[in-house]
Order: sequence, then structure tokens, then C-alpha cells
Amino acid sequence: MSNKDTNIVQEESRKFFKDASFWRLAIILVALIIIFTVYNPEGFMSIANFQSMSYQLPEFGLMAYGVMLTMIAGGIDLAVVGMANLSAIISAIVMLRLAESVSEPVAIIVAVLVGLLVGTLCGAFNGLLVSRLNVPAMLATLGSHQLFTGIGLVITQGSGISRLPAGYSTTGRMLILDLIPISVIIFIIITAALAFQLNKTKFGQELYLVGSNYEAAKFSGINNYNVLTRAHTMSGLLSAVAGLIMLANYNSAKPDYGTAYTMQTILIVVLGGVSPAGGFGKIGGIVLSILILQVSSSGLNMFSSISNFYRQLIWGLVLLLVLGFNFLRNYMNEKRIAKAGKTAAETETE
Amino acid sequence: MSEYILRVKDIVKSFVGVKALQGVSLDIKKGEVHCLAGENGSGKSTLIKIVSGVYEKDSGTIEIDGEIQSNLTPIKAIRSGVQVIYQDFSVFPNLTVYENIAFNSELMDNRILANKNRFRQIAQEAVEKINFNVDLDAIVGDLSVADKQLVAISRALINNAKLIIMDEPTTALTQNEVKALFKRINDLKDQGISILFVSHKLDEVFEISDRFTIFRNGQNVFTGPTSELDNESFSYFMTNRKFQETPYEGKPQDEEMLRVENLTSEGEFYNINFSLNKGEILGIAGLLGSGRTELALSLFGMNEPDKGKIYIKNNEVEFKDVADSIEHGLGYVPEDRLTEGLFLEQSIGLNIVAANLPNLSGTMDTIDGEATENEITTWIDNLSIKVADPKLPVQTLSGGNQQRVVLGKWLATKPDVLILNGPTVGVDIGSKHDIHTILKELAEEGLAIIIISDDIPELITLSSRILLMRDGQINEEINSAETSVAELTEKISLDIDQVV
Amino acid sequence: MLKNLVKKTEFYVALVILVIALLIHVRSGAFFQTNNILDILNASVVPGLFTVSTFMIILSGGMDISFPAIAALTSYVTVDVLNSINYEGSMVLIFVMAAVLGALCGLVNAFFIASLNLPPLIVTLGTQSVYRGLLQGALNAQQINMLPPAMGKFARASVYTAEDPVTGATSHLPAGFIIFVAVVILAYFILYRTMFGRGVYAIGGDLVSAERAGFNVLAIRYFLYIFSGIVAGITGIVRSSMNQMVHPTNLFGIEMTIIAGVILGGASLVGGKGSLLGALLGMFLLTMVQNSMLLLGIPGYWQTFFVGLVIILGISITSYRNLVAADKAKTLRDKSKEELVNE
Repeated sequence: MSNKDTNIVQEESRKFFKDASFWRLAIILVALIIIFTVYNPEGFMSIANFQSMSYQLPEFGLMAYGVMLTMIAGGIDLAVVGMANLSAIISAIVMLRLAESVSEPVAIIVAVLVGLLVGTLCGAFNGLLVSRLNVPAMLATLGSHQLFTGIGLVITQGSGISRLPAGYSTTGRMLILDLIPISVIIFIIITAALAFQLNKTKFGQELYLVGSNYEAAKFSGINNYNVLTRAHTMSGLLSAVAGLIMLANYNSAKPDYGTAYTMQTILIVVLGGVSPAGGFGKIGGIVLSILILQVSSSGLNMFSSISNFYRQLIWGLVLLLVLGFNFLRNYMNEKRIAKAGKTAAETETE
Repeated sequence: MSEYILRVKDIVKSFVGVKALQGVSLDIKKGEVHCLAGENGSGKSTLIKIVSGVYEKDSGTIEIDGEIQSNLTPIKAIRSGVQVIYQDFSVFPNLTVYENIAFNSELMDNRILANKNRFRQIAQEAVEKINFNVDLDAIVGDLSVADKQLVAISRALINNAKLIIMDEPTTALTQNEVKALFKRINDLKDQGISILFVSHKLDEVFEISDRFTIFRNGQNVFTGPTSELDNESFSYFMTNRKFQETPYEGKPQDEEMLRVENLTSEGEFYNINFSLNKGEILGIAGLLGSGRTELALSLFGMNEPDKGKIYIKNNEVEFKDVADSIEHGLGYVPEDRLTEGLFLEQSIGLNIVAANLPNLSGTMDTIDGEATENEITTWIDNLSIKVADPKLPVQTLSGGNQQRVVLGKWLATKPDVLILNGPTVGVDIGSKHDIHTILKELAEEGLAIIIISDDIPELITLSSRILLMRDGQINEEINSAETSVAELTEKISLDIDQVV
Repeated sequence: MLKNLVKKTEFYVALVILVIALLIHVRSGAFFQTNNILDILNASVVPGLFTVSTFMIILSGGMDISFPAIAALTSYVTVDVLNSINYEGSMVLIFVMAAVLGALCGLVNAFFIASLNLPPLIVTLGTQSVYRGLLQGALNAQQINMLPPAMGKFARASVYTAEDPVTGATSHLPAGFIIFVAVVILAYFILYRTMFGRGVYAIGGDLVSAERAGFNVLAIRYFLYIFSGIVAGITGIVRSSMNQMVHPTNLFGIEMTIIAGVILGGASLVGGKGSLLGALLGMFLLTMVQNSMLLLGIPGYWQTFFVGLVIILGISITSYRNLVAADKAKTLRDKSKEELVNE
């Protein structure tokens, strides 16, 4: 019986959540766009603004996907920024060295492949720690972030790497049809691939299952080690792509680029509806959540009095508000259902 | 002085849309063992929570030791002598035995400072009360389940408990441990302490209790001495249905499905030999720790055996992992449905196909949506799982229906051999009957089944042969037709006595 | 006795400390000089203080990564406000003010974590961002080099001074060390001698059971996060005094080292397991390694790498040992069950 009560609550809140959460995010997004447009129509609704937004969005958006994958699997990835930077640094070094001996396009292609490989290896390393050694994901990635950043610092001797071959940045910031940056195209392709993978493939379903009950997954013949390792490896690869995009955007690599992104990516996945306990989360919510963050970030740029440092204050507050809001919503839902239940019970007695 | 330690009258409690208790009453005499029985959802747990002050009642009266209690809180309930031992025992696995025992009473006394010597003294007194031999410095997490329970009982006793409520106390215990527990319950009874025993395990309940109260759908359906009840009337009161358990009569076919030769896993089981034919149900009896679960896990590819051979349809196989054994046609319904069997928050549908994803996915890992839908509807229909919408989380189902989902998950992989470990643990009588019927039908259709169970009647009705395991070895093969519940129970306990 | 010792993580950490110390001594010949030891103790004060409160929180199954931000924010606000009134009074008010501000920050953490029951890591990640944002954004904090005179005096106050016989360089054990020792004693007393402290262990073991047993779980969890805030406030002042300046960002990142030290010392991330001594040893190990890098002539940019490496190695070894122990415990349990059956 007490079982039954919670069931009704969960059922109700589930329905509510399913219908409401996506639309709520969509409404927030539209509202933000309207507000910023009204405040500064020429500034916000300009092609320049959209392009600058679309240059930045893939950077943290891809890292957020990495965090999403690992959080659905019941863990977290706090190393995305570290992996992105390390990939970019090593890629940059390879590019510079090769550019001395081979043609520029070859150097760039090889360097990009090396960068992707580095990210993949970093992610796999995390995956092994989490799956084989059973280290809690939070701790493993907290530590490996430090390690990856450390390796980056040692390689660069504490500074940055710049003066890349001109072709890299030009290609990386190329506009398709003179309008859309190539990084956005990459982001869209990856989003589609991930959506497909999560919803339509065996791996996607297994990811949700492992995240919701590790033991039962083991008993269902799911290779938990592989699923966890793959989630982290993918996170590494996605971070590497993000790192390479950053490399093109800044035309340089540094171990401490994008440090604020760790916090932002977690804000995105929590806001987007991924359960920190694992097992739940849809990519649609994450996409909206990424857009919300980018729009607010660009919107805030229009207020010259708001320094960059304000942004972390705002993101932090938003995260706390989202958490508080989720709590309140669950609480109100339970209340509402309890009240309805009581009325029903009373009618029944009469 | 009242004759009763607890008198509960006309308790009404409503929750969210459900009237959990519709005016129930319960009287417990001093020094008696009273059994509260009822199916899942009959209101047992709700009443316990009201008596222990966790829930507030809507109406009705509670009288503890002659005193009417109007606003019962957990602290008040404990102060007036009511102690609950929860199913999970509520112990601290990371702390010592003496701290586990002493904390409650120290907190009750509003102590501010922690004093190891006093803790130890309190704990010593408590364990002596029930002759519990334990190292007070041991970490509770390292103790056996039975010892954890004794820690919980000792803890209950220091607060001058007059009534101890035990919620499903035998679920995690072996038969031998249950016996030891009953002995201690009788000792407590002699000291004038009343016990309210909450259970739905038939045989136990008869053995231990003086009087009975049975709930159904939040109402009293029976109160009286145990002698007025028998198996049949008990089942009827519990479920309002009449059951006729018929043994499995299907004949095993000639085709051999599984053969095990000299299978050995050091420290777990040794030289196991048996074979299983198509359409046969084989039972495995034995105490916890006899190696029966370990054997099943090895057959299922969870643990690699050290020696010996496994043949499936006369082909020798070696399982790399669980997925490999599933591919070879094995299925395993685990012991603990909640932690090992189900993904509680995930949908009923996903739970049903969870073990079958490799078969439902094609090139590039892509899952065939239509085949998946069909699979889900098929098993919901075949096992008559009562489902409003397969997209709802599986935790919205009752225990019996959840067990069917687990069963469906395994049947969906089209196994040739299905191993079930405690298939009806924690399932109410009605669903148990249904699950038995399903298993018999499956065997008739040709499935080879192995059932591991503590439930002797279940083993005898379902299986044709029963392997008795002890100390990791097969001690005896018993023909079900030539044995009785009493004889088999005795054989298992004789087993123990012989060793002593 | 020895057997028990060998089982403990503390023993291994102490052993590693000794081995590394010997190695450094062999390489540099300077490790076991009083000056160097004092320097390391000196460097341990700030991480040591953070370790105490972080350990208690991790022990309860919680997490706090916002304490460096709290320390930076509270010390900045305290010094800035007191400077604006040309404060020339004693140290006490400075500490009290920082502690009260820290307590407020901790209260916010506690509200979200204990009252709303939200995941501690994510909450403190959020509050950390807010506190940093307040400091750097809203207050537009810059380095302050002018401190109230009491803080200068406090920094110069020395418990013990050693002079190197060869170079004549002197090293001090600062007054801050006394504060560190006091906080350790206080924490030790709370954890091991009060019901409240046993409650921290109980919550880490099983929160629901702790509630049923009658522990005031809400109060204990509030206390832990507020205590962490207070310790952060005090530590911020101690550090600013020692550095003779208030810097808005140079504490950021230390949370990794502190958590790593606590885990290295044998605490379990899920709570309930570990000892204060172990946590402090873990912290000391990391501080020693960081400090000795200069002694060995390793450039500063290697530091992050080393800390990361030690964290990864430490948690890998701990996790591996847990895996082995879990396997062993399982066999033992099965054995004991059999024995029980055989009795």
C-alpha cells in the first residue's frame, strides 16, 4: 500500500515531467530571445551576433554531451575541460612540428587525428578507472582532470602554444554558404548521431539500464565494463572535438582555457533534465539547455556593466534555482496528488 | 494492569487516493507471539508504522500497556516499550557491534558525550539477555545476516522493550537461522515480552505464533488462536481465493538439454554431476552457503568454474560471460528481484527486453522498434501481466507482477534452460500460485527448468527430482514422488544434526 | 597489534611519507633539517585546516568543493570592510567576522544539501560559482596589500624559530599552527567523544538508520556545512596573514588537493569510513611532495601533474584494495555461513 502511494506520485510526476519539462525549457528559450531582442533589437538580432554565438556554442555544447552520457550511466565527467585542452595542446604541437616538414593540409589533418586520438585515450583511461577499478566517477574524473591539466602544463611549460599554421584557424572558422560556421555543422551532425545512438541503438538502451541498476544490468548479460568505458571514451572524443574547435577559435592552446565550462556543462545537463542519480535524460532537453545558456551568455554581453566574472555568479545562481525548482516541483506534485487522493478517499466513504 | 500490551481499535488511515486501513483492530496479550499476516498491500506495514509513531492515524484508538496514546511519535512509542525491527535491520554497517547496540538508548537518554566503556557495558548486558555470542568490537558490516538481526534484537531489548515488532524477519535467513531465531523468540516470550511477527510465509507463521490476525485490503478478516487455522483456511483468508496446488505431471522428454560433469569451483562447490532433460523441472535444495547459488552463477557465466565441463545439447561449452551463456540458451532469474532483477525506474517494456537487446538489434547496433514492441506485448499477454501502459516504470507494479516481468525478461531470450533462484520469495500467495502454473506450462512446452528454493512444498510440487546440496556437494538425489514435505524438511535439518 | 596496524591505511600512508622523505633527503640532503621540516609544517597549516572540515563532510557521505571560494570571499570582505574603517583592533574581531561570514556561506550549502536533499557535489559546484562570482564580479575584487596591523603582528608571531647553522636562514612555526592544532583537537573531540560526532559516522553508514536511531540528522548535516564555512573563513584570514596580502583567486583549485588527501588517508567517498589521522596524513603527504619539488629543483609547472598523478595512483590503489577486500569478505562471509551451518 505505501508502495501504491508512491507509485501514483511517481506516475503522475512522470507524466507531468514528460509533457512539461521540454516545453518549459522551450518557453524559457523563447522568452530569453524576446527579452534580449526587445532590449537591443539591432545588437541581438544581428547576423554577427548569431555567428559569434554559433562559434562558441559547440565548444561547451559538445563537452556537455560528454557529461550527459556519463551522467546517464550513473556517473559524471568532471574532466571534459582537461581532456579538451590536452587534446588541443598535443594537436597544436604536432601541427607545428609537422608544418616544418610536410605540407600544411597534411600537417593539419594528421594533427587533428592525433588530437582526437588523445581525447579518446583520455576518456578510455577514465572509463577504465571507473569500470575496472570501480573508482567513483566523480573522484576518478576530478583526479584525471588534474592529471590531464598537469600534463598540459608540463608540455607547454606552463604557458600556451600559439602561431599555428594559418590554414587551421581559417578552415576551422570557415562559414558554410557564407553563413553557418563549420563547427555548428559538426555540432549538428554529432547531435543527430547521439540522438540516434541514445534512442535507437543497443548501446543507448544499455546506457540507461546500467545507469539505473548496475547489478541488474550485470544479471541481464549487459557488459557493464564496456558500457561505462564506452560512455567515458565517447566523452573524451567529444571533448577532443570541442578542444579542436577551441584551438581554431582562439588560434592557440592553453592548459587553462575554458575552466568555467566544467560548471556550465553540469548546469546544462541538470537543467536539461538528466538525473544526477543516473538512468534518465533525453538529448532534446540538453539541446534546449545548451541554446538557453548560449543565448543568455550572448545576451549578457550586451550589458556592458556586467563583467565576465558576473557570469559565474549568474550560472551558479541559475543552477541552484533549477535544483530548488526541481525540488519544489516534486514537493508540490506530491502535495497535489495527496490532496486529490484524500478527496477521493472521502468521497469513497460517503 | 491490563492483560494486553497493545490494543488497537478501529484504526482508519487514508493515503493518496487509497484507504489503506478501514477500521482495523489488533490486540496483543502480554508475553504472546502474535502473528499479523496479509498479502502485500493489505495494510500490515501501515499499521506497524502507526503503532510505532511513524504515521499519524486518521481515527481510532491506540492503547499501549493500558495507556491511551493520542499523539504517538517514534520517541514516545519507544519510551512506552514498542520497538520495531525493520526488514533491513537498520544497522550501521561501518560501526562496531557495541555502538550499534548502544546508540539508541544513549540518544534516548539525551547523552551528549560518547563513552566507549559505557557503550560496551550497555551492549554486553543486551547481548547477554539473548545469549548472543558476538565480538562486540566486530564491524557490523562483516557479520552474517542472522547476526545483524541479533544485533537489532539486542538493541531493541536495552530500551526495556515490552513489545517487539518484527517485520518479515525471516526473509533473508536460512532455515537453520530461522530455527535459532525462533528459539530466541520463545526465550523472550518467557521473559514476558510480546512479539508481533509480521509475515506471509505460511509454515513459519504456524510454528511460532500463539494467535493470529489476518488483514485483507485494509480490513480484519480473522483474529484468533493459531489452532483455529489450517493451510487452506489461511490461504483463503489471505486471498479470498481457493487454491488447488497440483504437482507438475509433464513427462521429461528424451532430449538432454544440460549436463554438468565434475564441475568444481574451489571454496564454493565440488564435483557436481547432473543432467537435465527437455521438459523437466529439477529442484535444488540446500541451505544458504551450501553452494547452490554459486553453482547457478557458474552455470550462468557469472563466475568461471575451476574444473569440470558443461554440456548444452551434448555440446561442450565454456561461458566467457553472462551474455555468452544467454546466447547458449541459458536464463537465470536471480535471488533478489529488486537489486538483481529489475530496473525499477525504467519502463516495463525496457525491463522485458533488457536481456534480449542483442537479438533485437541488427546492423550498426540499431534496435528494431517493431520487433521490440511485439516482444513486449507478447510477454505481457503470455504472462498476463496487469499493465496499464508498458511505458510506465516497473515499480508501479505489484510484487507478483514484477516477478512476472523478470520471468518475461528471461523468457524473451528464448532459453532452453531456465534457472530460477527463489522464484516466489516475497510474492504473495495468489501470484505464487500463478507463477507456479506458468512454470508448469513452460515445462510442458519443453523448457528445461532448475528451481533453487527454500520453500520445500514448492520444490516438491514442481520438480520431479530434487538435488540436496551440502557443503558444496550434491548429497543426495531425491525423487519427489517418494518424499513428503516433512521428510524432506527433516532431511535438510538432519543434514545439519549429523554434522553436529 | 602489529597485524592490526598493517591492515590500516594510515600505516601505509605514514610509510609512504617516510619513504618519500628519505628519498628526498638522499637526493637533496636537506629534508630532515629543522628548517625544512618547519617549512613543511608551515605549508601544512592552510591545507590542514581545510582537511579537517572536508574530512568530516566526506565522512558523512557529503561533499564540499566550495570552501576555497568561501575562504577567498570572506577574507576579502573582512579585510576590505575593516580597512575601510581603518581597523586597528585585535585579531579576535577579524577572525569572528570571517567566521560569521563563512558560517553564512556554509548555511546556504546546508540548506540546499540537508533541507532540500540535493546532491552535495552539484550544489557546492553551484555555490562555489556564486561565491566566486560575488567576489570577482559583484565586488570586483583585486589584490589587497594593506592589511589591518593585527594581521601583520599575527603573521610575525612565532611559536618556534629555527636557524639554519650554515646559511643562517630562519624558519618559523607560525601562530597559525596553534589555530590548526586547536581545530584538530576540537574536531577530534567532536568526532570521537560526542554523540554528535558518532552521528556523523552513523549518517555516513546509513542515513535512514541514523534517523530511526534518533540522531538529529538534519542538525548534524547543517552543522557540518556551517562548520566547513567557519573553518574556511578562519583559514582565509590565516592564509592572508601569512601571505601578507589578500588575493582573490590564488586559493582556487586547492579543493582537489584537499579531497585527494582525505581519500588517500583512507576515507571512503560514500561515507562512514576513515579517520581524522588518516586524512591529515594524506594531506601531509601531498603537501610534502608539493613542497619538496622546489627542494629537488623541479619547475613549478610540474606541480599540477604530480598532484594529479598522486590522486590517480592513490584512488586506484585504494579502489583496488577495496575490490580485493570485497572479494575476500565475500569468501569469508560464505565461509562463516558454512561454519554456522556446520555448528
